[in-house]
Amino acid sequence: MNDTPNSFRNQPDDRGHFGEFGGRYVAETLMPLILDLEKHYRAAQADPAFEEEFNDLLQNYVGRPSPLYYAESLTEEVRKDAPEGKGAQIWFKRDELNHTGAHKINNCIGQILLAMRMGKTRIIAETGAGQHGVATATVCARFGLPCTIFMGATDVARQKPNLFRMKLLGAEVVPVTSGAATLKDAMNEALRDWVANVHDTFYIIGTAAGPHPYPELVRDFQSVIGKEARAQMLERVGRLPDMLVAAIGGGSNAIGLFHPFLDDPDVKMLGIEAAGHGLDKEHAASLAGGGPGILHGNKTYLLQDEDGQITEAHSISAGLDYPGIGPEHSWLKESGRVDYDSATDKEALDAFQLLCRTEGIIPALEPSHAIAAVTREAVKMDRDKIILANLCGRGDKDIFTVAEALGTEI
Amino acid sequence: MTDRLSQSFPADRAALVAFVTAGDPTPADTGAILDALVEGGADVIELGMPFTDPMADGPSIQEADIRSLAAGTKTADIFNMAREFRQRHPDTPLVLMGYANPMTIRGSDWFANACVDAGVDAVICVDIPVEEDESLGDALRAKDVAVIRLATPTTDAERLPQILNNASGFLYYVSVAGITGQQQAAQASIEEAVTRLKAGTDLPVAVGFGVRTPEQAADIAKVADGVVVGSAIVEIVGEHGKDAAPYVRDYVKSLSDAIRTAREI
Repeated sequence: MNDTPNSFRNQPDDRGHFGEFGGRYVAETLMPLILDLEKHYRAAQADPAFEEEFNDLLQNYVGRPSPLYYAESLTEEVRKDAPEGKGAQIWFKRDELNHTGAHKINNCIGQILLAMRMGKTRIIAETGAGQHGVATATVCARFGLPCTIFMGATDVARQKPNLFRMKLLGAEVVPVTSGAATLKDAMNEALRDWVANVHDTFYIIGTAAGPHPYPELVRDFQSVIGKEARAQMLERVGRLPDMLVAAIGGGSNAIGLFHPFLDDPDVKMLGIEAAGHGLDKEHAASLAGGGPGILHGNKTYLLQDEDGQITEAHSISAGLDYPGIGPEHSWLKESGRVDYDSATDKEALDAFQLLCRTEGIIPALEPSHAIAAVTREAVKMDRDKIILANLCGRGDKDIFTVAEALGTEI
Repeated sequence: MTDRLSQSFPADRAALVAFVTAGDPTPADTGAILDALVEGGADVIELGMPFTDPMADGPSIQEADIRSLAAGTKTADIFNMAREFRQRHPDTPLVLMGYANPMTIRGSDWFANACVDAGVDAVICVDIPVEEDESLGDALRAKDVAVIRLATPTTDAERLPQILNNASGFLYYVSVAGITGQQQAAQASIEEAVTRLKAGTDLPVAVGFGVRTPEQAADIAKVADGVVVGSAIVEIVGEHGKDAAPYVRDYVKSLSDAIRTAREI
């Protein structure tokens, strides 16, 4: 078995590798650019003014810190089905209350500050559910930079409200029709645009994946979630949670919550992939149903066939509909520090409705997968245990998808 | 095997390096198209391995990859095409070009052995830069399969020596920062780049990206050791499908003729 490292928080190495995962698998044209990005990121990390501006924007523009909330009503509901003495307390980190309605904005603030440090004058991004596209369009509007968002044509059709939001914010949205016309294909197209516009363009990647240093810097910008949650939990209950749960597409909200806790050995962690129609059918669970491979600049778990051709993912949640996962999650899985499980479309839909009814919170479909897992885990744990889940997005964008899935006309 | 490659860059004229996507439109058609490349006068053949996510390629090669994969092309088919090509054309170098995942999925040693077994002379992997060379390069070099490096307009003088370290076969200069099959670089910038690259290496320098017409090929042939043409050939296959071979041959001949006379003018 693996040797346990002294710390789970000192990855990646200086070549951007998380164990055997990660790295910089890009075309030569992009290589000088990502080396330059890394150089500028190191300089920003050493510059107190950068952190100060980042924190100021998070506080006054995004609305951080986001609340830590004890979901008492959901906890009581779950306890009804639990064995005697079981039914852990369920707490939420309320990142759905951020400006733009999801955790994505944290990372976009950090990256646009980097882009401006580098003197870049044009921003591109990919988006699946549209949350990262909206967040990118938002920071571009705020800082006056032109912005082009690549979005799979399938996602354009199922995420119309976010499409309109991006346009209102002044972004150009390019529907991508290649492949299954979802997040993977949007990322391909963004990379093609980038390679042709390296001189002036900064690519704001939305998840903790892609070539080094993206997985590291996205994690660092998203780690505000876990840092706040850790301090809030200590202040509110005087101890750390027993288990963290987060949904995983690329894995940025999960790594943002998990990373500050990785060296707390008593805190268990559970990442939830999208099992779509089921792990034996179409799904988006790269760790559960895939194997190591190379795509979009990094080595990580991928859904692929025996020849290394990438297979199409499926999830009811456009934000989880991706055949890969951030490389740090692949490493955390193999090192055994984090457990990974999955929830199906149906389980997510049930959890979505449960949270609406019990807590008066309409969650996005992405964290609905995490909520499904929380209800499964809570009934197995004692009542004095604490589960903390990241409520990484709000569900306004998903009401049409949910209505259709429930057979309701609006 | 690298000898076959070095001998195909003659001193008195540029070599024509011709690319097609393996299995496009179907695996059964590739043999005749490869023969057409040779008959038309191509000196080096690049056989593209189709990939579901060819993020360095423009629409022409993307569509070719989709056609090929839709026709059921497997990695085993591609090595069969290479093996049969080697039997028919013992002297024409064959280069496999593609993306990291299909090349490394069974391990780099497996891939290197398959190359040797099929008579493949060299490999170009688009998304393995020198920084990740160990993922594939060590295994290929151990089997004497050339690892062809790419230099681009963004490769500066400081970086160039790293790229040239362990490079073999030829150096592929990607003349445009962008994807395949789009605009062509200005002649002056190509000339400047080739001069710069040749100062750093004895390897032949082949120039590609956006080359479509015999005139463009001839211009590059005046200054470079090789001219790479891909998307324009792939588009002919896209247009004529199973009947593409004679069209491919005629087009490649027009390029070859232009290259052969380029330095006489």
